[in-house]
Amino acid sequence: MTEPVRDPGLQPERTRLAWRRTTLACAVAASLAGRQTLHAGGGPLPVLALSLVVLSWLAFVAVAHHRVRHLHAPRPPLLTPRAAVAAVSCVMGAAVCGAAMLR
Amino acid sequence: MTGGRLADAVAGVRLWFAPERLREEGDTPDYRFSLANERTFLAWLRTAMALVGGGFAVDQFLPDTGRALRLALALTLLAGGAVCALRAINHWIRCERAMRRGEDLPVSRFPVMLGLAVGVVALLMVIVVAVGWGG
Repeated sequence: MTEPVRDPGLQPERTRLAWRRTTLACAVAASLAGRQTLHAGGGPLPVLALSLVVLSWLAFVAVAHHRVRHLHAPRPPLLTPRAAVAAVSCVMGAAVCGAAMLR
Repeated sequence: MTGGRLADAVAGVRLWFAPERLREEGDTPDYRFSLANERTFLAWLRTAMALVGGGFAVDQFLPDTGRALRLALALTLLAGGAVCALRAINHWIRCERAMRRGEDLPVSRFPVMLGLAVGVVALLMVIVVAVGWGG
Protein backbone atom coordinates (compact mmCIF):
# COMPACT_ATOMS: atom_id res chain seq x y z
CA MET A 1 0.00 0.00 0.00
CA THR A 2 1.82 3.16 -1.14
CA GLU A 3 0.36 6.56 -0.44
CA PRO A 4 -0.03 8.74 -3.53
CA VAL A 5 2.58 11.49 -3.86
CA ARG A 6 1.39 14.49 -1.94
CA ASP A 7 1.96 18.04 -3.12
CA PRO A 8 3.83 19.75 -0.26
CA GLY A 9 2.14 23.02 -1.20
CA LEU A 10 -1.30 21.40 -0.66
CA GLN A 11 -2.53 23.00 -3.89
CA PRO A 12 -5.54 20.70 -4.40
CA GLU A 13 -6.59 21.18 -0.78
CA ARG A 14 -6.28 24.97 -1.01
CA THR A 15 -8.33 24.94 -4.18
CA ARG A 16 -10.99 22.80 -2.49
CA LEU A 17 -11.18 25.29 0.35
CA ALA A 18 -11.43 28.15 -2.16
CA TRP A 19 -14.51 26.43 -3.65
CA ARG A 20 -15.96 26.05 -0.15
CA ARG A 21 -15.36 29.72 0.63
CA THR A 22 -16.99 30.76 -2.58
CA THR A 23 -20.02 28.55 -1.88
CA LEU A 24 -20.27 30.21 1.52
CA ALA A 25 -20.09 33.68 -0.06
CA CYS A 26 -22.94 32.66 -2.37
CA ALA A 27 -24.93 31.46 0.66
CA VAL A 28 -24.47 34.84 2.35
CA ALA A 29 -25.69 36.66 -0.77
CA ALA A 30 -28.65 34.24 -1.04
CA SER A 31 -29.66 34.87 2.58
CA LEU A 32 -29.45 38.63 1.98
CA ALA A 33 -31.75 38.01 -0.98
CA GLY A 34 -34.15 36.19 1.37
CA ARG A 35 -34.10 39.15 3.74
CA GLN A 36 -34.68 41.43 0.73
CA THR A 37 -37.89 39.53 -0.10
CA LEU A 38 -39.19 40.06 3.44
CA HIS A 39 -38.10 43.69 3.24
CA ALA A 40 -39.97 44.20 -0.03
CA GLY A 41 -43.08 42.77 1.65
CA GLY A 42 -43.66 39.72 -0.55
CA GLY A 43 -45.43 39.98 -3.90
CA PRO A 44 -45.07 37.58 -6.82
CA LEU A 45 -41.99 39.16 -8.46
CA PRO A 46 -39.70 39.23 -5.39
CA VAL A 47 -40.75 35.67 -4.46
CA LEU A 48 -40.07 34.44 -8.00
CA ALA A 49 -36.71 36.24 -8.00
CA LEU A 50 -35.84 34.73 -4.61
CA SER A 51 -36.64 31.21 -5.87
CA LEU A 52 -34.32 31.79 -8.83
CA VAL A 53 -31.55 33.04 -6.50
CA VAL A 54 -31.96 29.93 -4.33
CA LEU A 55 -31.91 27.73 -7.45
CA SER A 56 -28.72 29.38 -8.70
CA TRP A 57 -27.15 28.86 -5.26
CA LEU A 58 -28.09 25.16 -5.41
CA ALA A 59 -26.60 24.98 -8.91
CA PHE A 60 -23.40 26.53 -7.57
CA VAL A 61 -23.31 23.98 -4.76
CA ALA A 62 -23.62 21.22 -7.38
CA VAL A 63 -20.81 22.65 -9.55
CA ALA A 64 -18.57 23.12 -6.48
CA HIS A 65 -19.30 19.61 -5.22
CA HIS A 66 -18.48 18.12 -8.63
CA ARG A 67 -15.21 20.04 -8.81
CA VAL A 68 -14.21 19.25 -5.21
CA ARG A 69 -14.64 15.54 -5.94
CA HIS A 70 -12.15 15.82 -8.81
CA LEU A 71 -9.75 17.76 -6.57
CA HIS A 72 -9.26 14.71 -4.36
CA ALA A 73 -6.88 13.29 -6.97
CA PRO A 74 -3.18 13.93 -6.24
CA ARG A 75 -2.86 15.55 -9.67
CA PRO A 76 -6.30 16.97 -10.37
CA PRO A 77 -7.50 17.69 -13.90
CA LEU A 78 -7.98 21.24 -15.18
CA LEU A 79 -11.21 23.01 -14.29
CA THR A 80 -13.38 22.70 -17.39
CA PRO A 81 -14.54 25.95 -19.01
CA ARG A 82 -18.06 24.48 -18.85
CA ALA A 83 -17.93 24.34 -15.04
CA ALA A 84 -16.45 27.85 -14.96
CA VAL A 85 -19.27 29.15 -17.19
CA ALA A 86 -21.83 27.41 -14.94
CA ALA A 87 -20.32 28.98 -11.79
CA VAL A 88 -20.28 32.44 -13.41
CA SER A 89 -23.88 31.99 -14.61
CA CYS A 90 -24.97 31.37 -11.01
CA VAL A 91 -23.42 34.65 -9.89
CA MET A 92 -24.89 36.51 -12.88
CA GLY A 93 -28.29 34.98 -12.14
CA ALA A 94 -28.14 36.23 -8.55
CA ALA A 95 -27.23 39.73 -9.78
CA VAL A 96 -30.08 39.86 -12.33
CA CYS A 97 -32.65 38.49 -9.87
CA GLY A 98 -31.35 40.96 -7.30
CA ALA A 99 -32.15 43.83 -9.64
CA ALA A 100 -35.72 42.50 -9.93
CA MET A 101 -36.07 42.49 -6.13
CA LEU A 102 -35.19 46.10 -5.43
CA ARG A 103 -38.00 48.25 -4.16
CA MET B 1 -6.93 48.73 -32.47
CA THR B 2 -10.54 48.63 -31.31
CA GLY B 3 -11.43 46.08 -34.01
CA GLY B 4 -8.53 43.87 -32.93
CA ARG B 5 -9.62 43.98 -29.31
CA LEU B 6 -13.21 43.18 -30.27
CA ALA B 7 -12.06 40.20 -32.33
CA ASP B 8 -9.95 39.04 -29.38
CA ALA B 9 -12.94 39.35 -27.07
CA VAL B 10 -15.15 37.33 -29.44
CA ALA B 11 -12.46 34.65 -29.76
CA GLY B 12 -12.21 34.59 -25.97
CA VAL B 13 -15.96 34.10 -25.52
CA ARG B 14 -15.94 31.26 -28.09
CA LEU B 15 -13.27 29.60 -26.01
CA TRP B 16 -15.55 29.59 -22.93
CA PHE B 17 -17.83 27.14 -24.68
CA ALA B 18 -15.23 25.03 -26.46
CA PRO B 19 -12.98 23.57 -23.77
CA GLU B 20 -11.28 21.21 -26.18
CA ARG B 21 -9.91 24.18 -28.16
CA LEU B 22 -8.07 25.38 -25.07
CA ARG B 23 -6.20 22.06 -24.91
CA GLU B 24 -5.20 22.19 -28.58
CA GLU B 25 -2.82 25.05 -28.00
CA GLY B 26 0.66 24.85 -26.51
CA ASP B 27 1.67 22.57 -23.63
CA THR B 28 -0.20 21.68 -20.49
CA PRO B 29 1.29 23.81 -17.69
CA ASP B 30 2.20 22.45 -14.27
CA TYR B 31 -1.10 21.56 -12.62
CA ARG B 32 -0.20 23.74 -9.65
CA PHE B 33 -0.20 26.85 -11.83
CA SER B 34 -3.62 25.91 -13.20
CA LEU B 35 -4.93 25.43 -9.67
CA ALA B 36 -3.55 28.83 -8.64
CA ASN B 37 -5.33 30.33 -11.65
CA GLU B 38 -8.52 28.55 -10.59
CA ARG B 39 -8.24 30.00 -7.08
CA THR B 40 -7.78 33.48 -8.54
CA PHE B 41 -10.93 32.91 -10.60
CA LEU B 42 -12.81 31.90 -7.45
CA ALA B 43 -11.49 34.93 -5.57
CA TRP B 44 -12.91 37.15 -8.32
CA LEU B 45 -16.23 35.29 -8.10
CA ARG B 46 -16.29 35.99 -4.36
CA THR B 47 -15.62 39.65 -5.10
CA ALA B 48 -18.55 39.57 -7.52
CA MET B 49 -20.77 37.92 -4.87
CA ALA B 50 -19.70 40.54 -2.31
CA LEU B 51 -20.75 43.32 -4.71
CA VAL B 52 -24.12 41.61 -5.30
CA GLY B 53 -24.58 41.25 -1.53
CA GLY B 54 -23.63 44.92 -1.16
CA GLY B 55 -26.37 45.81 -3.62
CA PHE B 56 -28.94 44.03 -1.42
CA ALA B 57 -27.47 45.63 1.69
CA VAL B 58 -27.77 49.17 0.29
CA ASP B 59 -31.44 48.61 -0.43
CA GLN B 60 -32.09 47.14 3.02
CA PHE B 61 -29.89 49.19 5.33
CA LEU B 62 -30.24 52.72 3.93
CA PRO B 63 -34.01 53.11 4.42
CA ASP B 64 -33.89 56.88 4.98
CA THR B 65 -32.32 57.55 1.61
CA GLY B 66 -34.33 58.78 -1.35
CA ARG B 67 -35.55 56.00 -3.62
CA ALA B 68 -33.71 57.20 -6.73
CA LEU B 69 -30.33 57.43 -5.00
CA ARG B 70 -30.80 54.11 -3.21
CA LEU B 71 -31.81 52.35 -6.44
CA ALA B 72 -28.87 53.91 -8.31
CA LEU B 73 -26.39 52.72 -5.68
CA ALA B 74 -27.91 49.23 -5.47
CA LEU B 75 -28.05 48.82 -9.25
CA THR B 76 -24.45 50.06 -9.60
CA LEU B 77 -23.29 47.42 -7.12
CA LEU B 78 -25.35 44.64 -8.74
CA ALA B 79 -24.07 45.59 -12.20
CA GLY B 80 -20.55 45.71 -10.80
CA GLY B 81 -21.00 42.17 -9.50
CA ALA B 82 -22.18 40.94 -12.89
CA VAL B 83 -19.25 42.62 -14.69
CA CYS B 84 -16.83 41.19 -12.11
CA ALA B 85 -18.15 37.66 -12.72
CA LEU B 86 -17.78 38.02 -16.49
CA ARG B 87 -14.30 39.42 -16.07
CA ALA B 88 -13.41 36.52 -13.75
CA ILE B 89 -14.00 33.89 -16.42
CA ASN B 90 -12.46 35.98 -19.19
CA HIS B 91 -9.28 36.53 -17.19
CA TRP B 92 -9.14 32.87 -16.17
CA ILE B 93 -9.31 31.74 -19.82
CA ARG B 94 -6.73 34.29 -20.93
CA CYS B 95 -4.30 33.31 -18.15
CA GLU B 96 -4.76 29.62 -18.90
CA ARG B 97 -4.09 30.23 -22.60
CA ALA B 98 -1.04 32.41 -21.88
CA MET B 99 0.40 29.68 -19.63
CA ARG B 100 -0.14 27.06 -22.34
CA ARG B 101 1.56 29.24 -24.93
CA GLY B 102 4.38 30.19 -22.57
CA GLU B 103 3.51 33.89 -22.90
CA ASP B 104 3.46 36.54 -20.20
CA LEU B 105 0.26 36.62 -18.16
CA PRO B 106 -2.21 39.23 -19.43
CA VAL B 107 -2.12 42.58 -17.67
CA SER B 108 -5.34 44.40 -17.02
CA ARG B 109 -6.65 47.78 -15.98
CA PHE B 110 -9.70 46.14 -14.38
CA PRO B 111 -8.48 45.95 -10.75
CA VAL B 112 -7.65 49.68 -10.74
CA MET B 113 -11.01 50.59 -12.29
CA LEU B 114 -12.87 48.38 -9.82
CA GLY B 115 -10.92 49.84 -6.91
CA LEU B 116 -11.74 53.39 -8.01
CA ALA B 117 -15.40 52.56 -8.58
CA VAL B 118 -15.78 50.89 -5.17
CA GLY B 119 -14.01 53.86 -3.59
CA VAL B 120 -16.42 56.33 -5.21
CA VAL B 121 -19.49 54.27 -4.18
CA ALA B 122 -18.16 53.94 -0.61
CA LEU B 123 -17.50 57.69 -0.37
CA LEU B 124 -20.98 58.41 -1.69
CA MET B 125 -22.48 56.12 0.96
CA VAL B 126 -20.49 57.80 3.75
CA ILE B 127 -21.83 61.17 2.58
CA VAL B 128 -25.38 59.78 2.30
CA VAL B 129 -25.25 58.40 5.84
CA ALA B 130 -23.33 61.28 7.48
CA VAL B 131 -25.01 64.24 5.80
CA GLY B 132 -28.37 62.60 5.27
CA TRP B 133 -28.57 63.45 1.58
CA GLY B 134 -31.63 62.42 -0.35
CA GLY B 135 -33.52 61.80 2.92
